[in-house]
Amino acid sequence: MLRLLFRRLLVAIPTLFLVITIAFFMMRAAPGSPFVNERQLSPEVEKAVMAEFGMDRPLVEQYVNYLKGVAVGDFGPSLKYRGRTVVDILKENYKVSLKLGLSSILLAALIGVSLGIIAALRQNRMADYLTMAVAILGVCIPTFVTAPLLVLAFASRLGWLPTAGWNDGALLNMVLPVTVLALPQIAIISRLTRAGMIEVLRSNYIRTARAKGLPESLIVRKHALRAAILPLVSYLGPACAGLLTGSLVVEKIFNLPGLGKFFVMSALQRDYTVVMGMVIVYALLILALNLIADMLYAALDPRVRLS
Amino acid sequence: MIPGSPSRRALIENAVKGRSLWDDARRRLLRNKAAVTGMIVLALMVALAIVGPFFVSFNYDTVTKTDVWMKPLTGGHLLGADSLGRDLLARLLAGLGVSLAIGVVATSVSLVIGVAWGAVAGYVGGRIDEIMMRIVDTLYSLPFIFFVILLMVTFGRNIFLIFLAIGAVEWLTMSRIVRGQTLSLKSKEFIEAARAAGLSSGQIIFRHIVPNLLGPVVVYVTLTIPAVIIAESFLSFLGLGVQPPMASLGTLIAIGAQDMELAPWLLVFPSVTMVVTLMAFNFIGDGLRDALDPKDR
Repeated sequence: MLRLLFRRLLVAIPTLFLVITIAFFMMRAAPGSPFVNERQLSPEVEKAVMAEFGMDRPLVEQYVNYLKGVAVGDFGPSLKYRGRTVVDILKENYKVSLKLGLSSILLAALIGVSLGIIAALRQNRMADYLTMAVAILGVCIPTFVTAPLLVLAFASRLGWLPTAGWNDGALLNMVLPVTVLALPQIAIISRLTRAGMIEVLRSNYIRTARAKGLPESLIVRKHALRAAILPLVSYLGPACAGLLTGSLVVEKIFNLPGLGKFFVMSALQRDYTVVMGMVIVYALLILALNLIADMLYAALDPRVRLS
Repeated sequence: MIPGSPSRRALIENAVKGRSLWDDARRRLLRNKAAVTGMIVLALMVALAIVGPFFVSFNYDTVTKTDVWMKPLTGGHLLGADSLGRDLLARLLAGLGVSLAIGVVATSVSLVIGVAWGAVAGYVGGRIDEIMMRIVDTLYSLPFIFFVILLMVTFGRNIFLIFLAIGAVEWLTMSRIVRGQTLSLKSKEFIEAARAAGLSSGQIIFRHIVPNLLGPVVVYVTLTIPAVIIAESFLSFLGLGVQPPMASLGTLIAIGAQDMELAPWLLVFPSVTMVVTLMAFNFIGDGLRDALDPKDR
């Protein structure tokens, strides 16, 4: 286990380093100064502003300083919001995104696994075809299509749910965003579960369990499911990446005060330090989750641990 | 046309006929109803995007003040008009063309990089293979769409940059697939024969290995194009992709989402077009995979 952790860290740390490096030099290579969008500054003022943000020093020095900052969790000040640091902005906005993401992944796991099991047990029958049709739809319809269509139907026309807004995470306000985020994940999770179940149900130890005369429900729950959902653990990392990307759209459409909305806003306003800091945080999150997924997989599956 | 004397030509044609791998695959593909439907729909979409604009009497960027918010089937607008009185059908056809073009071009970029990278890594092997695949592993764990956003922010929203950025993201999986295939091809007799005949590594890779990779590569290409279309539309939806007055399916959906209370048709038609296109690609990809799956052979 420890060796595996060590090996994974050996890959994760250079990756993170690479992320920071690419992000830093991409920002600095951008044509023009980050302040050009504002009203025309006189050369002296611009110089003063550049000095304030430490941008007048040599590039290598800036890079080292930035690395030092990131190492202790300091991503520098925002360029557009005076007096606020990137970390302040992250702190103010992460809660909404976290709640949204966790709810979505839980909902997706619950529904996706159930659908996958049903489809596998009723292979090549109506329930199977229906589930797989839903799965194909879920993969083919991007979030930026489902979100406005669902708002149009359930909020604007039927008036059952609010069209937008967070309202301190009220249940009714969460329904649509969580559904939109969960749908593509439900599609993938049900496909993975179905494939895993079908494979496991054919294996010898299941035949043994049946031969022993165990009830089918027990076989499915205790014997098959545990092995069949293993692939899902390694899907945790990609799922999280998918949720983060999805949250950019969802938070924008539903006007939710989360990280995704802020990220897009900062990107459109060219708030370089904020965009850069958020890309690094997103990368860190995805790397950490991949790491956790790998460790979890090894902990659950002795075959991986031994090899 | 195959060169050579008629008898030689007949010989080669017979030889080709004897090897029925692609024939088999084609037959299996044509029996797959979903895949065939997908191909027909896609052909229709491509035809519409190319010749359609000639049959629509409006230009995609012509602003007509009197036609603002025209409902579908009124004022000569088959699918209605938007907040600036621009004809939706004309814009939809233009947007479809842009999205398909981005899909094809960016996929080609990823195809070239991915196949070359994977084939070289797999064929050369050893330390070079390890380094090359480690690079792929590292890039794989980067949140690429965020980098593409970063790229759009820093270097402006340029359509060629979108091609390049998305293509550069999508080659990773391709290179993995190609490397795996190359590894298994490498030990085949015909490669040994080529080496015995004195061909250089480069010649063997590009003349003997790459053509034999075609199956899995074709499957992956049909699945990459829709992924690219989604990625571009995602950027456009956020306002970071194709810039107005040009349209892509993503920008049209974004505008539709803004104006859906007043003009739901602006959202519905582009959304349906997008979903149908993506599904067509996915059905073709799945069908191709089933048709070429070596497990079935």
